[in-house]
Amino acid sequence: MSQEYQVLAGPEGYLPPAAAVMGVELPKTGEALVEGSLVSDTEALHKIADKLLSAKNPFFFPGPLLLWAWKAGVAERAQAVRDLADAVGAGVIPMPDYRPKYPMINPAIEINPNHPNLTIWHNKIDVCVFVGVHCHYANIALKIIRGGTSCYTIALCGEAGHEDAMISLRDVNLAKIQELTAIVMDKKRQIAGGGK
Amino acid sequence: MTKNILKMSPAFADIIPAEYRELVDNGPYGRDVGVAELGTFKELLEEHPLCAGCGLALALRIFLASLPAPEDTIVVGSTGCSSLVFPQAAVQNIHSLFGNQNSVASGLKRALKLRFPDKDKDVIVVAGDGATADIGLDMVMHSWFRRENITTIMLDNEAYANTGGQESGMSQQGTVLYMAPKGKNFPKISMPELAREAGCVYVAVGTPAQPRKLEKMIKRAILLARHIGPTYVQIMTPCPTNYKFKNNETVNRLKGLEKDGVFKPREYITAEAQEALNKLEEVSK
Repeated sequence: MSQEYQVLAGPEGYLPPAAAVMGVELPKTGEALVEGSLVSDTEALHKIADKLLSAKNPFFFPGPLLLWAWKAGVAERAQAVRDLADAVGAGVIPMPDYRPKYPMINPAIEINPNHPNLTIWHNKIDVCVFVGVHCHYANIALKIIRGGTSCYTIALCGEAGHEDAMISLRDVNLAKIQELTAIVMDKKRQIAGGGK
Repeated sequence: MTKNILKMSPAFADIIPAEYRELVDNGPYGRDVGVAELGTFKELLEEHPLCAGCGLALALRIFLASLPAPEDTIVVGSTGCSSLVFPQAAVQNIHSLFGNQNSVASGLKRALKLRFPDKDKDVIVVAGDGATADIGLDMVMHSWFRRENITTIMLDNEAYANTGGQESGMSQQGTVLYMAPKGKNFPKISMPELAREAGCVYVAVGTPAQPRKLEKMIKRAILLARHIGPTYVQIMTPCPTNYKFKNNETVNRLKGLEKDGVFKPREYITAEAQEALNKLEEVSK
């Protein structure tokens, strides 16, 4: 088992190992994961902004925890994520629930955790953001994406984070989403101004 | 269930696919709609991978339209043709190991009673004849002996249909199938009578060829299971693929089986359940 296993964009092949099995540990409070290494929360926020702004075709995949206003505060968090996607200039494809769809989902308008690769291939997505997806479904979808596509995955998790995402934040709340939006806007201004 | 789970976050309302929007705007959740209103509301199942003419598909459409409270229903399924449908239906469902469905449902119902003591949560087992009468018979019978407050629905296509066509305990004696070339050599199991003797307070045998009647049976079974005791509904669902009839003949075949006396719709109800049913049906008038 390697302690230096890097969680990189694939395709890693059929049945890639779970990053946890390869020694990648979940971040502690205030930390985040970037490609399998523990970094500070702030460093990860900047990495996410850089990845999103340098992507050719970034997409956000909001899950049921955000799409449905099932408890107080969700609608505000959803609005903040939409503002973030708009700030990046990213597309948004929803994951309204986890039902498998046969004969096939419509990959142009939705993503399914059981076949996330179909949506990524169809839309030629090079960087994606999972947000508001229940952890167990996010884990399997992130692994499938790493196994079969070259898409770079980012997970904004309200719980403990995801080892199988290339970048994973933990304890993401409204304030953290707004902080990320502010960083994105700031970097965009720097890019527009030709500065660093 | 809080109905808020059906409320779209305004920020993403514009990207929610049409199927979900229709379920929110015109679905059966929290509404008094049933088989008579089919075609006027968004059904819980949009697509399914079952064979053309499948009797199960017809029965499941009626079943889903008959649920008294789909938002507070959990379907427990088992291996078989019906398990291809439930993961796609817009109702909570659990797929159990082959034959374990009534044990899973028992535990689930007990947990829900503890978690939501003031709310009726309907736990309904929907499984094929193989899962109910053969592989899971032990678990099915013991859930009835224990008087669990669950509904068991058997979709009886008289075969193991999606594994190539083996005979099941529910196949008629003499039945020849792809994987039973010598013909079955013992009679069909009398599950309704077993259910009655094992403690089910309501037992019904129906067919999708009589949708309103089947709806009534399903509703009765679910409502009685809430407080009175276990209930059982056996639905005859012929399989055109294994029984080699044309896929537009399913309903006629059902009618023919009944006319020939091969299939007999029937109901058993205990005195206690009848009393409860009289009150329930009086209230709903």
